[in-house]
Amino acid sequence: MILPGNTSCQGCPISLAMRCLDEIENPVLVIPAGCSTVVAGLHPNSAMKIPVIHVPFASTNAVACGVKKAYDQLGIKANVIAWMGDGAADIGFATLSASAVRKDDLITIVVDNEAYMNTGTQASLSTFWKAKTTTSPKGKGDERRNLALIMIAHKADYVATATVGYIEDLRRKFRKAGEMSGFRFIHLHSPCPPGWRFPSEKTIEIARKAVASGAWALFEYHQGRLRFSPVGRRYVEKENRIPLADYLKSQGRFEHLSVEEIEELEKVIEEEWKILRKLSTD
Amino acid sequence: MDLEPLISRMKIGSAGETGSWRNYRPVVNKELCNKCKTCFSYCPEGVISEDIEIDYRFCKGCGICKEICRQKAIEMVPE
Amino acid sequence: MWDLQGDLQTEGYRNGSRIRVLLTSNEAIAEAVRIARPEVIAAYPITPQSPIVERLANMIARGELNASFVRVESEHSAMAVIHGAATAGARVFTATSSHGLAYMYEMCWWIAGSRLPAVMAVVTRSIGAPWNIHGDHTDIVLLRDAGWIIGMAENAQEAFDMTLQAFYVSEEVNIPFAVGIDAFTMSHTAEVVELWNPRLPERKQAYRVLPMDKFAVNAVTMGKARMKARYDLALDLENSANVIERTDKDFGNHGGLVEKYRLEDADYAVVMMGGWCGDAKDAIDALREEGYKIGLLRLRFLRPFPKKAVKELGGDVLVVDRSNSDLRGVLGIEVSACGIEARNLVAGIGGVDVGVEEFYKIFKKFVDNKIDLGWYL
Repeated sequence: MILPGNTSCQGCPISLAMRCLDEIENPVLVIPAGCSTVVAGLHPNSAMKIPVIHVPFASTNAVACGVKKAYDQLGIKANVIAWMGDGAADIGFATLSASAVRKDDLITIVVDNEAYMNTGTQASLSTFWKAKTTTSPKGKGDERRNLALIMIAHKADYVATATVGYIEDLRRKFRKAGEMSGFRFIHLHSPCPPGWRFPSEKTIEIARKAVASGAWALFEYHQGRLRFSPVGRRYVEKENRIPLADYLKSQGRFEHLSVEEIEELEKVIEEEWKILRKLSTD
Repeated sequence: MDLEPLISRMKIGSAGETGSWRNYRPVVNKELCNKCKTCFSYCPEGVISEDIEIDYRFCKGCGICKEICRQKAIEMVPE
Repeated sequence: MWDLQGDLQTEGYRNGSRIRVLLTSNEAIAEAVRIARPEVIAAYPITPQSPIVERLANMIARGELNASFVRVESEHSAMAVIHGAATAGARVFTATSSHGLAYMYEMCWWIAGSRLPAVMAVVTRSIGAPWNIHGDHTDIVLLRDAGWIIGMAENAQEAFDMTLQAFYVSEEVNIPFAVGIDAFTMSHTAEVVELWNPRLPERKQAYRVLPMDKFAVNAVTMGKARMKARYDLALDLENSANVIERTDKDFGNHGGLVEKYRLEDADYAVVMMGGWCGDAKDAIDALREEGYKIGLLRLRFLRPFPKKAVKELGGDVLVVDRSNSDLRGVLGIEVSACGIEARNLVAGIGGVDVGVEEFYKIFKKFVDNKIDLGWYL
């Protein structure tokens, strides 16, 4: 759904994810400020093969809701997609929450590159613990926020985590969301070469290492059931995982971490897994 | 009313011929390639066709195709 | 809540006849919205606006109005929802006051910049700090630079008529329209209003976005595109005066951009806007009886600003403001920008009551040239 020759950086996960939007029928994209705004095309050009409504940072889900309500009133079929980065999910969090509570009939996709990349890699609420950003030069002290769990707590109709590291899995989740109705939420792990400081050819490798090390859990929540996705299921058990250091040390933003700090992080991650395992119906 | 300042139209090469950004050019070794299409699926720019032809006008040379290729059929050659 | 359902469902009303009922300005606006039949309404409650959207929610709940009512978590989202709905081609409405307007301010720029028709009622109320729920115009003047048409009604009848005109004009010129009424003295005060149905045309707008389209709206601009968009909006906003004047007779005959009250031979002219003009008129009548040639130019619109009518003012001019920028009032600044040397009084901030007696004293000082102008504290 995105055309070549766009403004995305080399190895950009957002551009890759935007290609996968062809799994969703009748899409209308609502995009707030962020890398995606730029990737989707600078005036007078649009890089997208589908309609795009560019909107202010905090407004995405509310604008998308308005678009969908209007289509419903006017008898127009569409999959309205609120497509945002982790920054817009931060500043628009109340709006996102209200949209989920109302069960707005739309798809929300958070393309999470774990910092405010478009403004130069400042820390977001999604930024991984201890990651260096331009506003956490010694490493971020706070933990990342788990948006997908929060959306499950909202009883969203569909919640999935996905990664650009496994495109077929990602495409399947886009397709599934597009075929359903109700409030659908996809949290998409998106390793960013310049922001995380790794070479552009490593985007997929790092995305897969995140899954294999347990740093990114792949699951779906639907009709009250949480299920781990097949591609990541074996990493539910800690003994199947690669060392977290393998994932972290392939990125410049973590190169300052000591062995002790990485051990600490492994514990934090395992705590998140405990919650997921409890919720899981597998 | 002039809508032109508000409306942007679909265009291939919305950022121009981005092939000029490239430092390394991916070159496919047709003998090694088994057309599994993994590079097609993972190319962020969408410049690899299903026949594994690369559109060098827009390929930015990120190197993901080389990394993802299980056949090791893609080589990055300096421009 | 006052229940109008029985009356409004009568055949006579539907066929274009008029009915007279007792309504607050809030209720009158809600009745106008019912007649305009918006498809999407989104709002967040705030005193003193809430009765408007409560009444609309009731109409929808009772099946009298076929609209989606979106309960949002903030005014920012209220404006964002109607922004989205308008982009998709729906007729839209919201209402707010005070802090609510400040909170949605960013979206106010976007809906105007996007050239989307929309109507919002602004029940004017003071903005903190300190807290104050009472009336002044410090909120609505915030919209001044955002690219909106901004009207200020004087009474419930005008609130009703202006709301209907707002839908028409907004959709004609592709600019959002704010209908201002004063807190409590109008919003919660009942007057006799004549309701009627002007039969608005179907919704129209310069563009809308549909699923099969292949274009983007409001992408990041480079070069002069943003400046061109801003210029076009300013120019069309200026020219919207023609549409407002031309259709005034179709929407209650209130005088267009201004109402001239006893101005024809006046040596002294007072410039004001909003609900308190009713009291000012009574004070002017009293002074007229004493032989003073004084009149009132009531600004019905802050944008487009009635420059022509202001420039035509002769004699001494006093601008009485219910909002301020620095020590000067906002209308005072606007009037002086028209080249008129005017005295300027800031009064009634935070709901401080300025009634007929106070206006009489103020205007008496003005015509006696004894006034210490500044703030009426």
